[in-house]
Amino acid sequence: MCLGVPGKVLKVDGLEATVDFFGVRRVLRLDVVDEPVAPGDYVLNHVGFAIRRIPPSEVEETLALFEAVLRYAGAGDLLAADVRGEVAAGRDPSDADP
Amino acid sequence: MPTPDTQARELKFRDPVRARQLAEALAREVSAVGRAPVQVMHVCGSHEQAIARFGLRAAFPRDLQVIMGPGCPVCITDMPEVDEAVALALEGKRVATYGDMLRVPGTSRSLADAQAQGGRVEVVYSVTQAVEIAARSPEDEVVFFATGFETTAVATAAALAAGVPANFSVLSAHKYIPPAMEIVAEMPETRVEGFLAAGHAAAITGSAVFDAFVARHEIPVVIAGFEPLDILAALVKLVELVKDGKADVVNMYPRVVTREGNKPAQAILWKVFRPVGGRWRGIAHIPNGNLRLSDDYAHLDARRRFRIDLSRLWDQAPPALSARCICGDIMAGLKQPSDCLIFGTDCRPETPVGACMVSSEGSCRIWHTYGGMPDLREVRQ
Repeated sequence: MCLGVPGKVLKVDGLEATVDFFGVRRVLRLDVVDEPVAPGDYVLNHVGFAIRRIPPSEVEETLALFEAVLRYAGAGDLLAADVRGEVAAGRDPSDADP
Repeated sequence: MPTPDTQARELKFRDPVRARQLAEALAREVSAVGRAPVQVMHVCGSHEQAIARFGLRAAFPRDLQVIMGPGCPVCITDMPEVDEAVALALEGKRVATYGDMLRVPGTSRSLADAQAQGGRVEVVYSVTQAVEIAARSPEDEVVFFATGFETTAVATAAALAAGVPANFSVLSAHKYIPPAMEIVAEMPETRVEGFLAAGHAAAITGSAVFDAFVARHEIPVVIAGFEPLDILAALVKLVELVKDGKADVVNMYPRVVTREGNKPAQAILWKVFRPVGGRWRGIAHIPNGNLRLSDDYAHLDARRRFRIDLSRLWDQAPPALSARCICGDIMAGLKQPSDCLIFGTDCRPETPVGACMVSSEGSCRIWHTYGGMPDLREVRQ
């Protein structure tokens, strides 16, 4: 639960954003993000909340670890499971608004 | 299939030349300290995951000890806190919590045991999902058993500040890491010469949160990311500071951490929570280490809304094996999982005795998963 996972903002709707995480779309809350975000930005997600807008120059480096972890994860890989858990923390955009 | 640009990133980050350079620099710095062993501590389960998963300890010089401190929020959740959640579940409240909490032992039972006895316990990945359960079921009292460090507490705070249904409350076991570093730094038997601070917690608090700590204890703090090369580079810097006797705060993860941190998140955190002293399981009483709801949010505090009766949990003795668990000593940096007589034998991920074997961020679970013998496949490929 120390982890935060980066994703790309596709759409912003008030205090919510639809974000792509390695091909999975989730809706995140923007209540505590450090700067305003717009489509195309990358944000760090922790338990369903964007906690940081990642500076554009830093996006590639930030993504690399997560892509590598997900690609090479064996069954029971704890780091990969935590990454997937973070992604699952966002709301599924196909669910109706609560 | 990896696209060409992700392949390029892979190469950059699995760059064996860079990894070797950093490993050599680390060895140079450690031997330049002139005494052995040099002992540094990290305080983040995700750091331990990355160190173990990528086999980094094999790239560390023999005279460098990188030990894990109290970086597993699930592990340091105290038994009475688990007992409160178990009691609420057994009294018919719906308890929602993060998955790792399910099997963490309380005095006599875990939340999974409460579930087996008919208690309603639900795993969520986000506080938002717990709020949704309450919104869908207005007839139920839904208690969110909230665990995690300040990064996670910010999410709980934001959810409460945004407004929650009347049948929703929070049982907070959130923890605040900087005061725990103070206590561990003062433990005479731990002898920590420098700290690696967790990148994502520092994203909230900012690197400046460590200034006073560094001044008081004269111990350097380096903020590190989670990529193997990030960790190696941060260790080189940390040992260099140890060697030079410089008690500085150095931010080696500037792509995520700033000096002042995330101001809106800090504002909401300290509006909803206040720090109070409390025990961290197996370690010590940590002044200001626990986050409890502030007076403005007292009406959402499960401890005030319900009379929580723990006496019913004392009808069973704790499992006999739990007396042999050394999870507390491991989290205080005094012992390693391999020092434990029941590690991997009586205590396994399927049958965990202590919290360190339950959580994905617990040292025992991590060492058990990735093996005691580090491998270098991904570093020296």
